[in-house]
Amino acid sequence: MIGVLALQGGFIEHIHALDKLGVANFEIRDLNDLERNSLDGLILPGGESTTIGKLLCNSGLFQRISDLIRNGIPVLGTCAGMILLAKKIINDDRLYFQSMDISVKRNAFGRQLGSFFAIENFEGIGKIPMTFIRAPWIEQINDASVQILCRRDGHVVAARQKNMLVTSFHPELTNDLSVHQYFLDTF
Amino acid sequence: MNERYELNKNLAQMLKGGVIMDVTSPEQACIAENAGACAVMALERIPADIRAAGGVSRMSDPKMIREIQQAVSIPVMAKVRIGHFVEAQILEAIEIDYIDESEVLSPADDIYHIDKTKFRVPFVCGAKDLGEALRRISEGASMIRTKGEPGTGDIIQAVRHMRIMMSQIRQIQNQREDELFQTAKELQVSCELVQYVHQNGKLPVVNFAAGGVATPADAALMMQLGAEGVFVGSGIFKSGNPAKRAEAIVKSVTNFNNPGLIAQLSEDLGEAMVGINEQEIDLLMAERGK
Repeated sequence: MIGVLALQGGFIEHIHALDKLGVANFEIRDLNDLERNSLDGLILPGGESTTIGKLLCNSGLFQRISDLIRNGIPVLGTCAGMILLAKKIINDDRLYFQSMDISVKRNAFGRQLGSFFAIENFEGIGKIPMTFIRAPWIEQINDASVQILCRRDGHVVAARQKNMLVTSFHPELTNDLSVHQYFLDTF
Repeated sequence: MNERYELNKNLAQMLKGGVIMDVTSPEQACIAENAGACAVMALERIPADIRAAGGVSRMSDPKMIREIQQAVSIPVMAKVRIGHFVEAQILEAIEIDYIDESEVLSPADDIYHIDKTKFRVPFVCGAKDLGEALRRISEGASMIRTKGEPGTGDIIQAVRHMRIMMSQIRQIQNQREDELFQTAKELQVSCELVQYVHQNGKLPVVNFAAGGVATPADAALMMQLGAEGVFVGSGIFKSGNPAKRAEAIVKSVTNFNNPGLIAQLSEDLGEAMVGINEQEIDLLMAERGK
């Protein structure tokens, strides 16, 4: 059972991807959603990290999810989800779960005119389509246990560490389900 | 064009479940961002003041828009007059994240909308029914919002527009395939767009509510009627306690099906914007641009 954080942003696209893969899932909007369901994995979707962060901190979900992540629940963070997991954000003081040893730069590829589509090699999967929307990148890796999975123009755009998998791009926006499959298979 | 259009629709997808707030200064933009807005609309005067001031209202000063771009990290939108493609070129030049070709400003063209397919930057447009929405989409809009009636604090028109749009969508879903051609003719749109609605039961782009949202309950009402997010114009910065009201509306949009929580959010918000009933206004902005 995979829980998808459903406070704001592109959560329904992740739910559709999981549905296509035949994986049971549910939306997490408040603590009751976590009480009602057993949880084997967590997805932090794209959206605005400041909005999702604000809603997290106000709903009491923050501490609960933070504990789950620290206790090793598998978690996939895409775009804003990557920002929520980072221990450091280069161009913002607001920090959230601070669980992954990476420094992230927000909107690193620029505003909407800098958004783009690409096909790049993803370690362990191969070449896949990737949609970058006002996307961040990983500016710095701060621990040897962080494994780089994908680069774009030299910048790190996907990585994993322990129970965490993060991407700058949005695997939920293309029809290619391989990143979700990779998450389900290897975490 | 096609890839760019997909990316522009994708940005709207990331705004879903969020609140886009009108702001007139960097300070207001920061209040909006801190309250949890997923984007801001930069403009010199909010709709209620445009309505009060009368006269011709135009695109805002690019310098003021740039200051807001520098003040916040969330996407920044700005309005151009209907049909004024040079105002749109200017906003594209300063790398705006979304252009609202808006009936709130005085129209520059009473026949033609902007050919939005000629731009790399995305457009959101207002609509009062499905025909208007699909016509804007065929011109290249990558996001739609109801028109409602801006600057009134009266939700009735946004409700009317969302109900019309959703009921037309449901009707098309239930039609036989051979009836879709006639529907396309009646709506003055292409068969492909009508077929998309028939198969998917939704617009091919994200659809927000706008025009008259003043309270957390208004925002939740629009979400329950089928909006995927909400624009709030005058409702926040014309109210007694903008920061608190903004935050309450953001939470209400996320938890639109949780009346217990919305009850709490609605407490002690201070004065709502005064509001004007639809019978009391001379100028119906929603009648601009069909």
